[in-house]
Amino acid sequence: MSDVKNETATVSVMNQLPDASIVGQSPLFHADLATIAKKGPNTGGVSFKEEALLGHITLRMNADNAEQMSVVEKVLGVALPTQPLTSVSQGDVVVRWISPDEWLITVPGLQAFDIETAFQQNMIGHYQVVNVSGGQTLVTLSGKHAKDVIKKSSPIDLHPSEFPVGKVVTSVFAKSSAVIRRSGEETFELVIRRSFSDYLWLWIQDASREYGLVVEA
Amino acid sequence: MFLIYCPHCGEHREEEEFHNHGQAHIARPLDPDSCTDEEWGNYMFFRKNPKGLHHELWVHAAGCRKFFNVTRNTATYEIKEVYKIGEQPKVVE
Ligand SMILES: [Zn+2]
Repeated sequence: MSDVKNETATVSVMNQLPDASIVGQSPLFHADLATIAKKGPNTGGVSFKEEALLGHITLRMNADNAEQMSVVEKVLGVALPTQPLTSVSQGDVVVRWISPDEWLITVPGLQAFDIETAFQQNMIGHYQVVNVSGGQTLVTLSGKHAKDVIKKSSPIDLHPSEFPVGKVVTSVFAKSSAVIRRSGEETFELVIRRSFSDYLWLWIQDASREYGLVVEA
Repeated sequence: MFLIYCPHCGEHREEEEFHNHGQAHIARPLDPDSCTDEEWGNYMFFRKNPKGLHHELWVHAAGCRKFFNVTRNTATYEIKEVYKIGEQPKVVE
């Protein structure tokens, strides 16, 4: 567990997201959300959108290590949130507090490999960076009744006094799990597992039926 | 709703997010090779099962995935205190 500073990185990094020459398939690719969005309806109480093929990176390190913290800020352009259950965003980069020594970073898909590589080249000491882009996806629920759909699915208290914009929790969601972040008064981002994405897509359609579901693409 | 305070997240969360991992403060013998069978057996298999105050290890399984300790009354389910790994309980009787 010692912080060895001059260790040569022996990890191999792999670009998990292909360039435009290969068709990338997000976990909800099979649902063909683009066609559903075109067919409508266009109005309803809940809107659903998959932010497909984002780059997802987990970072584990010691938040008390000032040198590591400054490297992160240099790589991401934004400081890690150390306050529990908070997130920070800067442009397209969002950093979510997951646990006292773990963060989930989402970036535009084609930047993930560059950021992973920048960590490998600049980070010092004992840490872990893993590109988990292939294992999960991010969906947003927005609109007047978005919070009602989440209330049916998770025990989290969503009252604005308890769950302000920017807060992030990892919790159970419809017998699966999700990293839930409030990105706006009526907008929530859910990071869900690839293997549960079809099930949760079906669940969300069912749970939002009474409010009217609008699919965006 | 049965709410449990996670000292890492810093807020109360629903019981469903947590798992109980049994008795806390079980020290692994420093030199397993020189343990008697009885000492090793007690370490591996024998656990307290009190009716009343119990110091337990819990994990915020669906949340931050960190472990912490809970002093709990096993008869009333009342949680007397929550404290981090490495700390000692304040409520002992
Ligand atoms: Zn927690």
